[in-house]
Amino acid sequence: MILLDVHRVWKSFGELPVLRGIDLTVQSHEAVVLIGASGSGKSTLLRCINGLEPVDAGDITLGLGTPGEVAVTDPRANMDAVRRRIGIVFQSYNLFPHMTVLDNVTLAPRKVAGVPADQAEADARTLLARFGLADKADEYPDRLSGGQSQRVAIVRALALQPELMLFDEITSALDPLLVGEVLDAVRELKGGGLTLVMATHEMGFARDVADRVCFLRDGIVIEEGPPEQVLGDPIRQETREFLARILG
Amino acid sequence: MASVVIFAIIVVALVGRTPGWSVVRETFFNAEQFTDSFPGLLEAFWLNVRIFLIAEPIILVLSLAIALVRTMRAPVLLPIRLIATVYVDVFRGVPTILVIFLLGFGVPALRLQGVPTSPLFWGTAALVLSYSAYVAEVFRAGLGSVHASQRMAARSLGLTTWQTNRFVVIPQAIRNVIPPLLNDFISLQKDTALVAVLGPIEVLRQAQIDASSTFNYTPYVAAALIFIALTIPMTRFADWVQSRMTRRQRAASTA
Repeated sequence: MILLDVHRVWKSFGELPVLRGIDLTVQSHEAVVLIGASGSGKSTLLRCINGLEPVDAGDITLGLGTPGEVAVTDPRANMDAVRRRIGIVFQSYNLFPHMTVLDNVTLAPRKVAGVPADQAEADARTLLARFGLADKADEYPDRLSGGQSQRVAIVRALALQPELMLFDEITSALDPLLVGEVLDAVRELKGGGLTLVMATHEMGFARDVADRVCFLRDGIVIEEGPPEQVLGDPIRQETREFLARILG
Repeated sequence: MASVVIFAIIVVALVGRTPGWSVVRETFFNAEQFTDSFPGLLEAFWLNVRIFLIAEPIILVLSLAIALVRTMRAPVLLPIRLIATVYVDVFRGVPTILVIFLLGFGVPALRLQGVPTSPLFWGTAALVLSYSAYVAEVFRAGLGSVHASQRMAARSLGLTTWQTNRFVVIPQAIRNVIPPLLNDFISLQKDTALVAVLGPIEVLRQAQIDASSTFNYTPYVAAALIFIALTIPMTRFADWVQSRMTRRQRAASTA
């Protein structure tokens, strides 16, 4: 089943075109990794997918051909409902600093999904435990390390039981020593069969976890395929140059 | 500490040597006059406290609403946003005492049916209108201090615009502006005395009555002391809150 279909999406910021008619299709349970230089459009694409940025042209459809089919790009679509089905984790965690970890995680289930408070709390504690954060539930975010913060952000997005998770360079702001624990959390999600779209510069991880790697350049996907092919033996000259630069 | 004591001695000595001091001491610092008028002043001060207690919650609610309206960008809200902007501009631009005069004497003169004519009511209303404009700007700064990524994170979780404000933006905004808010509280507590110009017998008006019946100004000094007795603890409290928040922020940024 096609869970996400991005069709010829254009997006400019002022005069600067960032997405230039990009296409991307993601199957259920697939893990797609987006690679490309800064400014190639990875983050913008992720933000357009859950409607945080309106597109200029093109269509983004969730659950194509299913009863739950929604055109994200339709101005009449209920975006709050769409966002419940798509979780996103940002580079800068963006935890709510005035709430405990537990409240960060239960806010959306309680207020958006209408889950009773005690149920939401029990669910949250289970999820936190699954990601090694059981003892952090009652802490405030300023007491957490970067890696712990990012895992809490992942749990917070998961708490709404989304069908699709988007990861926007979630390890880029982290101390190298803490990258592993966050990537392990993503690996765990992949193992659980969740559909993932992830923008990252962690090529080793991409090779390990991705079902498909897409190389973005100037706002379109110019090469895609299984990780061993795109990362190991790319067809396009631009992909080779990018990999040569990033792998040093 | 020693330097403070020495300084105080010098000031007292210098003031005591001024030619008019004996007259001033008699008319401003008369102990007998003080004890005579103090109980009545304290009783009158209770009215100032009540004006404050009624005005402050209304100011907080009204000004937060104004600040929220001013930060919303939806084109449909343009007329309301314009009204809010004009309101803030006008009431911040007019001296509070003038607003009190205009409302206190102007509105009752209209002789509208069902509209209160009490000077106390209009004096308090004028304080509310004037202070709401200031406090709205404090809240607006607070709302602006919450990083856009917080709003984005809340929206990405499916929270509506209102829920995002209610649970994520407003609590952080209020936290960020508690020190300036407390400052405005203190200022309002003092400005309740301005209502005296309309006639209600609050502490300043009472002091005026006492002073003009005895030709002695000690009641004014007594009234000032009563204000100080309340505002100094409030100021210390505001300072304490401020320093505690600064410490916390420092702790958070090094975490």
